[in-house]
Amino acid sequence: MTHAYTPGLRLSEKLQIRKNRNLPLPGDVIVKKGDTVKSDDIVARTNLPGKVHSVNVVNRLAILPTDLRKNMLKKEGDSVVKDEPIAETSPFIKMFKSICLSPITGIIESISDITGQVLLREPPKPVQITAYVDGKVVETIEKEGVVIETSATFIQGIFGIGGETTGELQIIVNSPDDIVKPDDINETHRGKIIACGSIIYSDAIKKAIDTGVKGIVVGGIRDKEINELLGYDLGVAITGSEDINITIIITEGFGQIGMAQKTFDMLKKREGSVASINGATQIRAGVVRPEIIIPYDDEETSGKSDKNESTADEESAGISIGDQVRIIRNPNFGVLGKVKDLPSELQTIETEAMARVLEVEFPDGQTAIVPRANIEAIEE
Amino acid sequence: MAEILNVIVATDCGSTTTKAILIEKRGDEYRQTYRGEAPTTVEAPFEDVTRGVLNAFAELEELSGRKILDGEKIITPAQENTGVDIYISTSSAGGGLQMMVAGAVKTMSAQSAQKAALGAGAIVMDVIASNDKRLPHEKIERIRDLRPDMILLSGGTDGGTVSHVVELAEFIGAANPRPRLGMTFQLPVIYAGNKEARDRVSDVLKDKTALRITDNLRPLLEMENLGPARLEIQNLFLEHVMAHAPGYKKLMSWTGVPIMPTPGAVGEMIQAIARKDNINVVGVDIGGATTDVFSVFDGIFNRTVSANFGMSYSISNVIAETGIENIIRWLPFEIDEADIRNRIKNKMIRPTTIPQLLEDLILEHAIAREALRLSFVQHKALAVGLKGVQKLKDMSESFDRVTEEETLIKMNNLDLIVGSGGVLSHAPRRSQAMMMMIDAFQPQGITMIAVDSIFMMPHLGVLSTINEKAATEVFEKDCLIYLGPCVSLTNSGKFGSHCLDCVITYSDGKRTEDSLSLGEIKVFELKEGEKAKVEISPANKFDLGEGKGKELVKEVVGGVVGLVIDARGRPLNLDGIKGKEPMEKVLSEWNNAFDAYPTLPFYEKL
Repeated sequence: MTHAYTPGLRLSEKLQIRKNRNLPLPGDVIVKKGDTVKSDDIVARTNLPGKVHSVNVVNRLAILPTDLRKNMLKKEGDSVVKDEPIAETSPFIKMFKSICLSPITGIIESISDITGQVLLREPPKPVQITAYVDGKVVETIEKEGVVIETSATFIQGIFGIGGETTGELQIIVNSPDDIVKPDDINETHRGKIIACGSIIYSDAIKKAIDTGVKGIVVGGIRDKEINELLGYDLGVAITGSEDINITIIITEGFGQIGMAQKTFDMLKKREGSVASINGATQIRAGVVRPEIIIPYDDEETSGKSDKNESTADEESAGISIGDQVRIIRNPNFGVLGKVKDLPSELQTIETEAMARVLEVEFPDGQTAIVPRANIEAIEE
Repeated sequence: MAEILNVIVATDCGSTTTKAILIEKRGDEYRQTYRGEAPTTVEAPFEDVTRGVLNAFAELEELSGRKILDGEKIITPAQENTGVDIYISTSSAGGGLQMMVAGAVKTMSAQSAQKAALGAGAIVMDVIASNDKRLPHEKIERIRDLRPDMILLSGGTDGGTVSHVVELAEFIGAANPRPRLGMTFQLPVIYAGNKEARDRVSDVLKDKTALRITDNLRPLLEMENLGPARLEIQNLFLEHVMAHAPGYKKLMSWTGVPIMPTPGAVGEMIQAIARKDNINVVGVDIGGATTDVFSVFDGIFNRTVSANFGMSYSISNVIAETGIENIIRWLPFEIDEADIRNRIKNKMIRPTTIPQLLEDLILEHAIAREALRLSFVQHKALAVGLKGVQKLKDMSESFDRVTEEETLIKMNNLDLIVGSGGVLSHAPRRSQAMMMMIDAFQPQGITMIAVDSIFMMPHLGVLSTINEKAATEVFEKDCLIYLGPCVSLTNSGKFGSHCLDCVITYSDGKRTEDSLSLGEIKVFELKEGEKAKVEISPANKFDLGEGKGKELVKEVVGGVVGLVIDARGRPLNLDGIKGKEPMEKVLSEWNNAFDAYPTLPFYEKL
């Protein structure tokens, strides 16, 4: 049968995490298995093929495509520098000579005597992959990348923008329901990842960017702020490559929603540690949620037993009475509660749709019937 | 092929769910009898599509009492309560078939290539053309960045341009794109262009790509030949794309006929139904991420996919494209714009949630209207006659260059609209689905509206390739739910002016008379399968497709909602009504005519 509920976001105080750090194209892995790495250490590098430029040489020289090769000064594979002649005509009268110059520095990729086109390629662009998290190299995949393992606090957000970044974690509000104001952000937050309360508005985001804050973790955000920040209306939740000089992760949803107390407490406990965060979100089959990884350093982990650690790959097992859940749709959106009952029969809800439901009990003792599709398990 | 087909099991492996149905021959007719489903298992941790298929079979076995599996083997042939005669399947898991097409001229060979790819069931990620105004390096980067599953290259009529086609091949070669699946494999490229450029194209691409050459899809300006390219796409889909997707090799060994891309199969079904009754059909499948529109007009099949119009993953994109005001105009209550935006974004990030409040349901229905409308606009723009063909035109026609004129979709000649996808098939009241489709497609004249009850068109599409009779029988008896005929004006006039009188004579002799003013829509009782004669006399300036002021007399067959007479005018102009009546009042009158929603406090105020 299909899942009757939405698998929840992972929230774990201590988790064994493995991160694959792969190159976009085959290249060189420069660390060995067993090496200890810091988040900004380079672990693999490669070269991306350079941009291709085309020059229609036959048009430039006013010749026929079939005559192209005999007028070329360079052949396929030759190196050229910008403005270097790559082809010229050899007329009887020299003053009628036409020359075609290279628009770039690079190599001649191909010469076509059908289209009269010469393709030139810029030099390759080096790409480096960092470790992203502090940890240990547990596997190297030749030419492709490495796997890094770390023991860390792991928190999944619901949505984010901006890519990978690292910085010291600092909580700048007193409670998960607070609203962060621009004045709460100052020079001491430069290079840090700040955790806020229930919502952040444009003025505070702007102040954070201007101050050099690397990342923001917050309960909710309005759609308006995301639009302003990106300069366009986000159509599909595929993010992570935005060039906005900051990474923002929301933990609950859109609008003002207090950060779940447990998430807030966990962040508070790890305040001062270096966190690796990534806003990349992909809501399609093979969902990717934003993440906050706060590795433990050796001192923090030494002497502690790892017996109770879970792994990020563990599968969630259904939902049962007594489990903590979060309601993820109106009414009561964002409210946490406990599963009181799991009736098996379909029930008619307000829309008249027949749905599988469950009964949720809130901390004040009130209860509500909610479609199972509209709750999220709080995963540990 | 198995000559006697009494028991057929079919699956559709979607991105999230694998749906299995059992079709059995009972007496002389084929009927869909049981249905089971399970989560698709293409992705980690399973990475084997067959696990999901076996789970769906297990549910079918449980419900039907028929033993289908012997361990992990399908039992064939069927004997009494054991086994099946054939297993067939479609697939859209892993994002379906993603293609890029290229052609010499954007509105000619490139457009024909686009039609061929869409018709085969692909999502077209981009159309590269020699005249698309992009610089060569921009085209090359685009080809490299998109990482399609395959590329279809066309261009030039036979004997026509060679250099433009070879130039495009050079761009593809320079980009040296890698396929999305299977890093180490070569990207499949189909060449279906000028046959005189074959050798040259082959020289450029044969070492860098897995090149296939097939017949030119535009051999003459006046002629498209899309069949061979479509067939080659579906073959390569199996050989390259599917073969590299987890578990598909095993799945392919189980099926009696090749696995088809899901939208390709739906297209087959739509064509089969149009062929059978010799009618013009529009089909739509509105999903979470994409909306597919299919049409068959005068035997010509077209399909488009609006890759980013959907009801969950892409819901926010519908707003981005249409504008929030176009959503609000369908809401019969006031709501803060920021609130709507946040609600929609929350649906986008938690796509599996369902509306619990009536207000949320009405909001989703408003968005569905716009997603369907926009997808249909895109479809009409692509379903056009061949460009570049010389036509004799008189003086008045030469000034008449409206796109509407070029599209093959003539609403007045449309006989049937079939809707499928969660928001239509699972609307709590069938009348809601009918309203959404009428508002989005705005049919003219007489059009039957239907929904696919449980989304079995893909299964039936593959079945139609081996047994068209079985497929169309099940389609009509178990798949389609006829909502009812809709009779609409084809033009418009002054809001509130008297526009038509109607007489409905039922088969038992009972008569109903009524008259409607512009802006009104009414639903008359006419049960599923029941016949009635409608006589509608439009006022002088109004037209029901027979000519201005001309009476329409037809026999119609009813559906579960009834007979709809839509006197709101075409095109439906909500902005025009806004200044004359409060929109909330007008919308609630329309909703009440359909008895579309239950009465709730915010509604009673209206």
